[in-house]
Amino acid sequence: MATEIAPNIDIKLMAILEEVADPEIPVLTVVDMGVIREAIEVEGKVKIKLTPTYSGCPAMDVISDDLKTAFAKAGKVAEVELVLSPAWSTDWMSEAGKRKMEAYGIAAPLEETADKEALLGNAKIVKCTNCGSTNTHLVSQFGSTACKALFKCDECQEPFDYFKCLK
Amino acid sequence: MENTDLYKYILGIADNSLVLGQRLGELCGHGPNLETDIALTNISLDLFGQTRSYYQYAAKIEGKDKTEDDVAFLRIEREYRNVLLVEQPNTHFGFVMARQFLFDMFHFILMEKLQFSKDDTLAAIAKKSIKEVSYHRRFSSDWVKRLGDGTEKSHTKMQEGIDGLWRYTDELFHITDADSAVINEGLGVDVTELKELYYSAVSEILKEATLVVPERKYFAQGGKNGIHTEHMGFLLAELQYMQRTYPNMTW
Repeated sequence: MATEIAPNIDIKLMAILEEVADPEIPVLTVVDMGVIREAIEVEGKVKIKLTPTYSGCPAMDVISDDLKTAFAKAGKVAEVELVLSPAWSTDWMSEAGKRKMEAYGIAAPLEETADKEALLGNAKIVKCTNCGSTNTHLVSQFGSTACKALFKCDECQEPFDYFKCLK
Repeated sequence: MENTDLYKYILGIADNSLVLGQRLGELCGHGPNLETDIALTNISLDLFGQTRSYYQYAAKIEGKDKTEDDVAFLRIEREYRNVLLVEQPNTHFGFVMARQFLFDMFHFILMEKLQFSKDDTLAAIAKKSIKEVSYHRRFSSDWVKRLGDGTEKSHTKMQEGIDGLWRYTDELFHITDADSAVINEGLGVDVTELKELYYSAVSEILKEATLVVPERKYFAQGGKNGIHTEHMGFLLAELQYMQRTYPNMTW
């Protein structure tokens, strides 16, 4: 699958893009999430291509507005287009982003096979974000948002979210 | 193929997601426990997300300044092309899971084929949806097995759900004249070819769940041509209430 396509982002626009946070996981920027597929300047306008993590992700409209506001502050007009193809993958999240996510209390996605084992309850491999133990179990395949599953740690008894692998 | 054929074909897929999403949304706050409640509305949200992508495309094809909201809210009952299965009202949880399972199994194999459509937009929506639908399918088949192979009571209720909805499964594999035109162009999926695969996959899981695979000669149909069961009008009354009461409202 073509999941490793690097986004086409003009480096001059990067600083502004990095000001925009994901409304559901505010410690991550939209760049960390890998939802910006293109950001270029054409004839004085900033053209951005944004891709949803999940089809019904309600954060998309907010992100789109936040992007326009951030660029407006910098005196630029931004146009945001929603693109579906190629479909977003958790591979597009940055490594720095995954570490920030863990520190925030959401377990970062495992690779595909491990993810399946974890979600089917066959292997205890998802690390508790509170105490670090892998003695955890799946509570629900669906968590507080479409992209997460709910886990519970059997060591420290804390519930936590796990960001599901999507490829 | 006319543009109206493609428009109708898209609605034939999208309306299933809208109507099932609406049924699941009705359960918000009424799930058997918090986790399941959240799961049902998560699935609903995925389905609405997919619906939006299809309706945006359908609105563009229809032209005349139509928007996705016009497609969702301003059609009359006879213009909705969803199958009868998805409009059946929520009763007990076994019934809700039976409806979800019978649809998810179909939805998944349909998306598997639609991702190779010659229509770029439909292919992109299918590629996006298939990842979500595989989660839905896992969720509903798990519940079918858990309830079917659970207690005597849960088994009875699960069987009741499957038996009650089986009559609506055959319609999933019907094609309309508009569908044929779109299929001939390589843009649509010939669902008649998926029937055997569907019933064998469904039967396998039902057997694993210790449930009886129903045998039935006669099946209900009509949804794909806009002839719905009596439940559809009530569903639309709620779905369309705001747009009908305050035309062109925005928020």
